[in-house]
Amino acid sequence: MGDVILTMKGIDKSFPGVHALDHVDLEVRKGEVHALMGENGAGKSTLMKVLTGIYSKDSGTITYEGREVEFTNPREAQDAGIVIVHQELNMMGHLTVAQNIFIGREIMKGKLIDDKKMNEEAGKLFEQLGIDIDPKETMSRLTVGKQQMCEIAKAISHEAKVIIFDEPSAALTEAEIEELFKIIRDLRDKQLGIVYISHRMDEIKVITDRVTVMRDGGYVGTLITKDSTKDDIINMMVGRVIYEDPKTESAVPEDAPVVLKVEHLNAGRMVRDVSFELRKGEILGFSGLMGAGRTETARALFGADPKESGDVYVNGTKVEIKTPQDAVKCGIGYLSEDRKRYGIVVAKTIAENSTMASLENFMKGAFIDKKKENQAAQEYVDALKTKTPGVDQLVVNLSGGNQQKVVIAKWLVRNCDILIFDEPTRGIDVGAKSEIYQLMNELVAQGKSIIMISSEMTEILRMSDRIVVMCEGRKTGELDIAEATQERIMHAATLRD
Amino acid sequence: MTEKKKGNAFTENPLVRAIGVQKIVVVFVLIAMLIIFSAASSAFRQYSTLLSVMDCTYYLALLGIGVTFCLITGGVDLSIGTGMFCYALVGGFLITQKDMPVIVGILATVFCGLLVGTINGLIVSRGGHAPFLATLCTMMIVRGMGAIITGNASVTWPSSSSPIGWTRRIFKMDIGGMKVPIGFLWVLILAVVMSIFLNKTRPGRYIIAIGSNKEATRLSGVNVATYQTLAYVISGIFTGLAALAYSSAFQSMIPGGGGGIELNAIGGAIIGGTSMSGGSGTISGTIIGVFLMSILQTGLPMIGLQANWQQIIIGLVLIVAVYIDVLKNKKLV
Repeated sequence: MGDVILTMKGIDKSFPGVHALDHVDLEVRKGEVHALMGENGAGKSTLMKVLTGIYSKDSGTITYEGREVEFTNPREAQDAGIVIVHQELNMMGHLTVAQNIFIGREIMKGKLIDDKKMNEEAGKLFEQLGIDIDPKETMSRLTVGKQQMCEIAKAISHEAKVIIFDEPSAALTEAEIEELFKIIRDLRDKQLGIVYISHRMDEIKVITDRVTVMRDGGYVGTLITKDSTKDDIINMMVGRVIYEDPKTESAVPEDAPVVLKVEHLNAGRMVRDVSFELRKGEILGFSGLMGAGRTETARALFGADPKESGDVYVNGTKVEIKTPQDAVKCGIGYLSEDRKRYGIVVAKTIAENSTMASLENFMKGAFIDKKKENQAAQEYVDALKTKTPGVDQLVVNLSGGNQQKVVIAKWLVRNCDILIFDEPTRGIDVGAKSEIYQLMNELVAQGKSIIMISSEMTEILRMSDRIVVMCEGRKTGELDIAEATQERIMHAATLRD
Repeated sequence: MTEKKKGNAFTENPLVRAIGVQKIVVVFVLIAMLIIFSAASSAFRQYSTLLSVMDCTYYLALLGIGVTFCLITGGVDLSIGTGMFCYALVGGFLITQKDMPVIVGILATVFCGLLVGTINGLIVSRGGHAPFLATLCTMMIVRGMGAIITGNASVTWPSSSSPIGWTRRIFKMDIGGMKVPIGFLWVLILAVVMSIFLNKTRPGRYIIAIGSNKEATRLSGVNVATYQTLAYVISGIFTGLAALAYSSAFQSMIPGGGGGIELNAIGGAIIGGTSMSGGSGTISGTIIGVFLMSILQTGLPMIGLQANWQQIIIGLVLIVAVYIDVLKNKKLV
């Protein structure tokens, strides 16, 4: 490790209602690979966005190459030599590799673009990196791994001095990761400073020199990687926070029947051979880090996305679920993580939203039976204690928690016995949260069964009777609530095959 | 090793890939159509038919070249059909009713296109309107404007016998008593120039990049709004040129006309392989596509299928073309 090239000190950033970064420190040296770790929402990406000028900081200092800097956009940071290789690739799929690398600063011959020269230059870059990619190939024809290499080549062509890798390995194969690591080591040897954001503990041990851990927007500490164990890092990530009233044992009776059985479900890269059972009256928590494939599993199960293979049994009978209509017929309801996009129609009333999934039961001939609709809606407004002046209120006027209740009502009106809650309390304030929790507990007490996908450890430990942990599309753990701890869940969530 | 997607020997052939599978297929369809029409109708085999196909090709090709730029950005320009009529009305009105020099009428025609194109571009890029809606609105506006300016009267450009009727000969020259569709040369030159512009200059490159991934283009430090606007400006200018081609071929325009023509041009571009979802498209493809549309338009009446049938068939052809585009985006073709 060489001299310090980048220091972020006391970085503070608030968004309305959220203290996203609370005096965070980060120091990067020349010739080091510095891991940045933390749970979902710990603030890693926010910190990098502050660094590269996408967000402005509220306080704190950034010192780069001995000078205090403040970039106002990514372009400025890039020109100064700080480049991000994004997880979601920023590329123009229709253009060639070389055209992508030189976008915005094409090599010209008079008034025309000199594609030949650009291909040569890109070829030289790849040679330097030891990668075999044809600069003339169309970008979209490359594998994700190769595309990532192109992003790196682009970063280097900017004469980057600090390169930030934001979960670079998430979409790569084993061989591609090897290649990536080789490149990263080369870059390190050339005295570049490298920030490596990843959830994969094994990778951290292999490739990084130091680890900075963040938690809930705060700075926890920095470790020398070779002097620390996986457990040290996990302990720093989850901390010693006391979670409010976690469940200590499962509330599901021993002999409760299995209402949903999923066997060997496969759907693309994010759902690979997932099997699990859901019992009557159970809350089955789905835990995992961002991109673990939990939502994808739910969507494939629900028929929202096509599945490649796998069997689904509802109440012991094998069912074919190809579309959401099929799932609804089987009594499965899905409450999306993105309520506004998939859950409710905000410009419609509570009554209209409540009956949306079961309108055929509210018809009088060809017309909607408004009276019956209002009655049903009112029933669930009362039952769920939705705060509203009336069922003719537009959903857009309700708070997040009450909107969520309308979505729940929609599925209850439909008589769904299996409910999939995808991040049920996202964007809902604390008070309404516990109401939603109470509601979920009441639902299972009535004999409904719930799959709850959640990225919040608190929520998982508080609500679940059993926990399925996923990592990279695979089920990597299944824990009874009695034996579940944050550490165990985190272990499983970072377990690679 | 560069990884390649699965594909058969034909689609992976470098030459085929360079030209584009779709264009090759369309050329074969074109030849097949020529054979069918020629076999079914003796009238189709006449030299005059070639001249009518060409008259139709000129304006469609010019509209098509322009709108291809909008399509490549991921947008569309629906104002080009009525726009073409409106600009030709304005130019013709100045010449025949206001006794202005012909050159002023020509310049006014093209300038009207430039102006409306700029407005379209600004509404889309700065105002953030959906291109479809923005240009649908300007389509309504130019339709009304054309009628208002001419006092709701038809306009007839000077006839070829008149001393100022030389505009009629720009696209169809009289050489030794024979009419020669010389306009094809002008369209071809413009097509080559615009093709180089699209593929070899920065603005062209950025127009493709915006259609491929707008956010990534923005983050690469490209002024996205400027180049998005430029695409609509180009479309406007070419609509102005198309107005000249149209008045040269057909001489008179009725106010409020031209609706529906935009679909023939856009359809031609899509048949030629330009994607509705942006990022890819070629000028050569558009030329081939609109040529196919022109042959349909001229050939169908000759085999006894009149206007109403034409509309149905062209509509069906477009559905197929768009469906192929959808499949392509799913990477099945």
